Amino acid sequence: MSTSTPSRGRLADGLPLSSAAGPYFGEFGGRFVPEALVAALDELDAAFTTAWADPAYRAELAELERTYTGRPSILTEVPRFAAHAGGARVLLKREDLNHTGSHKINNVLGQALLTKRMGKTRVIAETGAGQHGVATATAAALMDLECVVYMGEEDTRRQALNVARMRLLGAEVVPVTTGSRTLKDAINEAMRDWVANVESTHYLLGTVAGPHPFPTMVRELHRVIGVEARAQVLDLVGRLPDVVAACVGGGSNAMGIFHAFLDDEGVRLLGLEAGGDGVETGRHAASITGGAPGVLHGTRSYLLQDEDGQTVESHSISAGLDYPSVGPEHAWLAATGRAEYRPVTDDQAMQAMRLLSRTEGIIPAIESAHALAGALEEGRRLGPDGVVLVNLSGRGDKDVDTAARWFELVDAGDMVEAEDVRTARADEGVHDGPDLPGSAAPAGPGRRDEGVPASGPGSRADRGDAQGPA
Amino acid sequence: MSAPTVPPAVPAAAGTSRTAAALDAARARGGAALVGYLPVGFPDVATSVEAARAMVGEGVDVVELGLPYSDPVMDGPTIQAAAQTALDRGTRPRDVLAAVEQVAATGAAVLVMTYWNPVVRYGVDAWSRDLAAAGGAGLITPDLVPDEGADWLEASAAHDLDRVFLVAPSSSPARLASTAAACRGFVYAASTMGVTGARASVGPAAEQLVADTRGAGAERVCVGLGVSTPAQAAEVGAYADGVIVGSALVRALGDGGVPAVARLAADLVQGVRP
Repeated sequence: MSTSTPSRGRLADGLPLSSAAGPYFGEFGGRFVPEALVAALDELDAAFTTAWADPAYRAELAELERTYTGRPSILTEVPRFAAHAGGARVLLKREDLNHTGSHKINNVLGQALLTKRMGKTRVIAETGAGQHGVATATAAALMDLECVVYMGEEDTRRQALNVARMRLLGAEVVPVTTGSRTLKDAINEAMRDWVANVESTHYLLGTVAGPHPFPTMVRELHRVIGVEARAQVLDLVGRLPDVVAACVGGGSNAMGIFHAFLDDEGVRLLGLEAGGDGVETGRHAASITGGAPGVLHGTRSYLLQDEDGQTVESHSISAGLDYPSVGPEHAWLAATGRAEYRPVTDDQAMQAMRLLSRTEGIIPAIESAHALAGALEEGRRLGPDGVVLVNLSGRGDKDVDTAARWFELVDAGDMVEAEDVRTARADEGVHDGPDLPGSAAPAGPGRRDEGVPASGPGSRADRGDAQGPA
Repeated sequence: MSAPTVPPAVPAAAGTSRTAAALDAARARGGAALVGYLPVGFPDVATSVEAARAMVGEGVDVVELGLPYSDPVMDGPTIQAAAQTALDRGTRPRDVLAAVEQVAATGAAVLVMTYWNPVVRYGVDAWSRDLAAAGGAGLITPDLVPDEGADWLEASAAHDLDRVFLVAPSSSPARLASTAAACRGFVYAASTMGVTGARASVGPAAEQLVADTRGAGAERVCVGLGVSTPAQAAEVGAYADGVIVGSALVRALGDGGVPAVARLAADLVQGVRP
């Protein structure tokens, strides 16, 4: 562990930044938890430390990654998308191609193996967009573990497809009706469950937040993303990228890809937070840009809070980024300047989502679209000599309903319920034209001129009521 | 509200614990102390203060006033809902300090139960200063373990406040010892692994936990989580220095108002005083 403050790219004791390993990252991190959980966190810390040093555990995990997840994930260059990014080369790390459709499976398999090693038979998880819940339910099915997933009631509506997936996989999905009924409250419920059932149960936390050892453990389980990507970029381009961009909610996919580049001082690390309607409106989930240091869910980090320290509800079109805090290692990287964090509005993200879909035939998750929007900006800044690596952390299947509403891809009358949208799409073959950027879009209600993603005056009004139930 | 059945606690001299004095007074009477919890602001600030003062009037020895928080992970549904009501009605930390002042005026030792972030946001030293000025005895911190509490250990010492940390059935002997050493006033023994809320029976681990915590060096140990009836209070009071009741009082307040709180408090007091 190191509690030291980095100086010029290294820790104060001269060690590389990548050696920082909790419980503290500078002033961030720690364990702000009920005493009842301390023994479980100690047990988990010891179990993970032992397992991570055990070749048998690492081999079992690597085999699962290879034969079940589909690792290594490929690197895809996207030149037609990059044409909108100032001609810079844009490379996508394709975590969306993993089994279950996102980076989440990396962490889940590692923790599920650990659950078995600890002799526990039940896992609980929280989920926002449902990707972590689906991944957890998947690993639980694979490894014969009882699985309960807490999900904010609001999110169960936004992500009905993933709720069905989890239930099909055998998990119990518990809609949480307290507070803002989103991810924050799902975590509260999971922690309550854990306090009461800690002997039999592992809390399979889904991001690099929470009390130690979760931020460090989850980062280690996602490091594979950056390790692979770094080698792949070197192989393809012959040098390191100028910028590594990733979306940041809790921050697990970003930490996974950033970590391999932490000690490469020439590589800029760029985290794109959920700017919602715009940070200036107060309706956003950009906890680093718009928050302040505080304590939530067992860790000290940046968080959205009012003047009394009450958590402020976050807002994002992406349920997966709709979280009012962020992992403590990100807070540290932000405070020290090693990584930069910027907000991307809902509108910018949705435009980037559509642009990648139409130029490259890849429908990204809305979370990942935040990173794509950041890549477009960075590419324009760098110009044709630039190389931008983007972590495409998930695929957009789960977000098709939201996109259909945002872009009015089906008639409004068909969009009352999520199921209706899917039915309409299946029945009518809605919107299967190749509307490329720059070409004339067919006329139709709500059709928006695509091309370069932008958020500007009029964009909200232009959208009208088409926004999803975010 | 009936007149207090016990004389107001003697204000503790500097450097001594007001909470410990209240517990010792109960022990001198031959019984355990009753610690009653209510969140400030439920159903509104004035009523919560009135209810707390009514509890003291019925003989509650130590009052635990909750600071409503948006993410109360140690609380069960009853207290969580009450805290949310308080927040929805605009209850703020300064209302809690004002409530402390009014309840402390009865002579009872008044502890504030608070999650840690509101204190961090207020400023640990500023909060301690203002709590002491309001006549508060100290803090109960459900999500702050002594390991993370350096600021609070320092501020509580500077402002002569009690520090009540929790121990749980899962606490190791080493943690029982370090937590007992960090506490001032009493050690809060969580009767069971779980959150607040009335239960049919108090966890069987509670008596052993009290014994172990005493064995680890604690002078005074109170038991909370799950106590709701006079019979349970009597059972726990037989082996603990104090019995902490929360959800049952909150429910009484919600269902029957201040008179119901007073009735339940009186019954519970009978339970801890043989």
